[in-house]
Amino acid sequence: MTLTVKERRNKSGTVLVATGEINSETSGALLQALLPLVREGRPLRIDLTAVTYVSSAGLRTLLVVYREAQHAGVAVTLYGVSEEVRFVMSATGFLDFFETGEAAAAAARAKVAR
Amino acid sequence: MSEASSDQVLRVDAYPTHEVGGYRVRAGKPFPFGANVVPGGVSFSVFSDQATSMTLVIFKRGEPEPMAELEFPEEFRTGSVFAMTVFGLDHENIEYGYRADGPFDPATGHRFDARQVLSDPYARLIAGRDVWGVEPDRSRGYQYRSRVCLQDFDWADDTPLRIPAEDLVVYEAHVRGFTRHPSSGVTAPGTFAGLREKIPYLKELGVNCIELLPVFEFDESDNPRSNPETGEKLYDYWGYNTVSFFAPKAGYAATGRYGMQGDEFRTLIKDLHAAGIEVILDVVFNHTAEGNEMGPTISFKGLDNATYYMLTPEGYYFNFSGTGNTVNCNHPVVRNFVLDCLRHWVADYHIDGFRFDLAAILGRSADGTPLPNPPLLELLAFDPVLRHTKLIAEAWDAGGLYEVGNFPAYGRWAEWNGKYRDTVRSFLKGDPGVTGELATRIAGSPDLYSTRGTSASVNFLTAHDGFTLADLVSYNDKHNEANGEGNNDGGNDNASWNCGAEGPTDDPEVSALRLRQMKNALAILFTSQGIPMLLAGDEVARTQQGNNNTYCQDNELSWFDWDQVDENAELLRFTREMIAFRKHHRELRSTSHPTGRLRDSLGLPDISWHGERAWQPDWSAESRLLAVARCGVGDEDVVYVAMNSHWEPHDLELPALPGGRSWHLFADTGAEAPYDIRTPGTEQELDNAGKYLIGPRSVVILVGRANDPDPRDD
Repeated sequence: MTLTVKERRNKSGTVLVATGEINSETSGALLQALLPLVREGRPLRIDLTAVTYVSSAGLRTLLVVYREAQHAGVAVTLYGVSEEVRFVMSATGFLDFFETGEAAAAAARAKVAR
Repeated sequence: MSEASSDQVLRVDAYPTHEVGGYRVRAGKPFPFGANVVPGGVSFSVFSDQATSMTLVIFKRGEPEPMAELEFPEEFRTGSVFAMTVFGLDHENIEYGYRADGPFDPATGHRFDARQVLSDPYARLIAGRDVWGVEPDRSRGYQYRSRVCLQDFDWADDTPLRIPAEDLVVYEAHVRGFTRHPSSGVTAPGTFAGLREKIPYLKELGVNCIELLPVFEFDESDNPRSNPETGEKLYDYWGYNTVSFFAPKAGYAATGRYGMQGDEFRTLIKDLHAAGIEVILDVVFNHTAEGNEMGPTISFKGLDNATYYMLTPEGYYFNFSGTGNTVNCNHPVVRNFVLDCLRHWVADYHIDGFRFDLAAILGRSADGTPLPNPPLLELLAFDPVLRHTKLIAEAWDAGGLYEVGNFPAYGRWAEWNGKYRDTVRSFLKGDPGVTGELATRIAGSPDLYSTRGTSASVNFLTAHDGFTLADLVSYNDKHNEANGEGNNDGGNDNASWNCGAEGPTDDPEVSALRLRQMKNALAILFTSQGIPMLLAGDEVARTQQGNNNTYCQDNELSWFDWDQVDENAELLRFTREMIAFRKHHRELRSTSHPTGRLRDSLGLPDISWHGERAWQPDWSAESRLLAVARCGVGDEDVVYVAMNSHWEPHDLELPALPGGRSWHLFADTGAEAPYDIRTPGTEQELDNAGKYLIGPRSVVILVGRANDPDPRDD
């Protein structure tokens, strides 16, 4: 299983859409795609809607991206995390580090409500 | 740009020097043992003293046949350590093991067999039993498959908590049993993740330490028996037959199928710590899953049998553990193995302490003789990494060595106090002649631990091994038929009493007495000096239907039934308030044994004993009533606990209190709920200041403290 990535830029930031599996074979390429985007300094959204599986190495890659982004003061949001991937990320603690699309949307709604 | 780039240091040893079996390799570093990810590859290091050759066997993940077999070149051996770095491996998608060749000569202790692929004793992950209860394919030659693991968990600010031992309230639980029951309502029942969802329950209960039954990889399917009545398969449910000592049990992780059990367990520990709860592991270094000469060869047996096991002069296995073999714990190599293992759990998993199963074995020499100064126990007591780790011994073994009170402690080791359990049980059921020893036990067993302090004593009435609290008051005899051994397994010395009917009953009087007896037990446990330990579920009257040895029962007999949280809310409330009371009163947790000397500020001794008449305890054989009053440093209150295991009520004359104080009622197990117990600090002042009537088989707890402002003034 391979992974393909596509970048899309819009007004509010950059979206990276990933398709496939993030594992030890594909996570290197994902990291190479994400690090330059982090360096650009714009808000970054990683769209995982079409990602079916994230392995241990894959989760570590996402966390490395998060740490790099934190270092650079860039906001990273995960979006479209499937139920299974969300569960794995939650059970292994990785989810605690990220803002995910749904939660971010809820926070935005809360702001509006105020 | 960031710290990560500084990792790209140019290293000469990041380049291969040899080629073996089509793989580029170089000599590895002998230390650390195990498989470690290094720049460009994975470094493998394994010890065998007598092997003539060693081969690294690599599998693609999950495949039955190896993808490579790389014999260690002779020049890659340092001393008795074989070490090799293999380049270009995808560490996430391989499994590995070793073939060790050497003599097969059981009479001299050697059992080498190069046909077998052996697990790495230092493997940090094991594949092969990834999902609990899935029947393994036993036709495979290599069952418990070592995997490579990164140790880069992000702990943020977490470290072991270092709660003072005397402040601990330990809760003994089984990872699977705690949430496997359908009533648990968690996302992933029976797992580390499931337990994590129950942290709020633990916090509300008030315990600050969870002691987990073995979590090192074991094979739950390793039990040939079935239930004779139902035909149901029986398991190795408790997990005391360790397969791999550095690897967390995959089947306890919801993510075990993905090999993420390490991160899932660490996440649980991190969140327990955030909730102020320490984690103690029950560890089993006395034996392994390899059994005796009839048992399977998994790892040690094939790598270096003569080093790792205690052998008779004829080369058979000593059996001080009652399970077939005995680990040769005081051999210098094995000592280091145990130390490395515990350091790994403290450094890489932030474990707060260990409870050592059948720890008396850890003090035996290679021929089984008890050592006066066992090097392993001393090593662990003084190790820098383990310096603040709790070390708790089950201070006996199956070879007849009973060391409660004289386990070699080096100022560090605590013990499961089996004498506390036996004495308090005996008192509770109303045996005569126990009040004297009861006094000793509840005062922190100064007869056993005079130089070690009260926190050397882990006080418990029930543990995984034996009756639950509810069964202790519901059964005179064990009922282990479901274990398939004709009720011959499990202990017979239970000191239990069924309160008038064996097992389930509709008799309201019997039921009421059982509830009261459970409250009596909890009241005594949580007001005793020493570290209290509660068996998970006892706070809601969990029953095992009289089975006192559920090691093989992966079903409702063992699981925590969460419906009981509501059904037995009265007992749960009582337990919570007792734990809160203990936290409230420092004198119950003092590290030094009471002396009976006066405390100047109060004019009362730190401990005093009473009977029906104040200051006149009755130590006679027929006495079943004892009251103790404590006051101590850090608490200006006086705590009075009267314990009556007599079937008659007694009038108690209360000791007079120093000026400005009066007696307030905290708990009376003879009273109907909600008047059986109060929230600490809200105790009701007694109407009749000098007297209290204690009911039959009841415990009364009073607090002597400054008088409340009269509520009628409001």
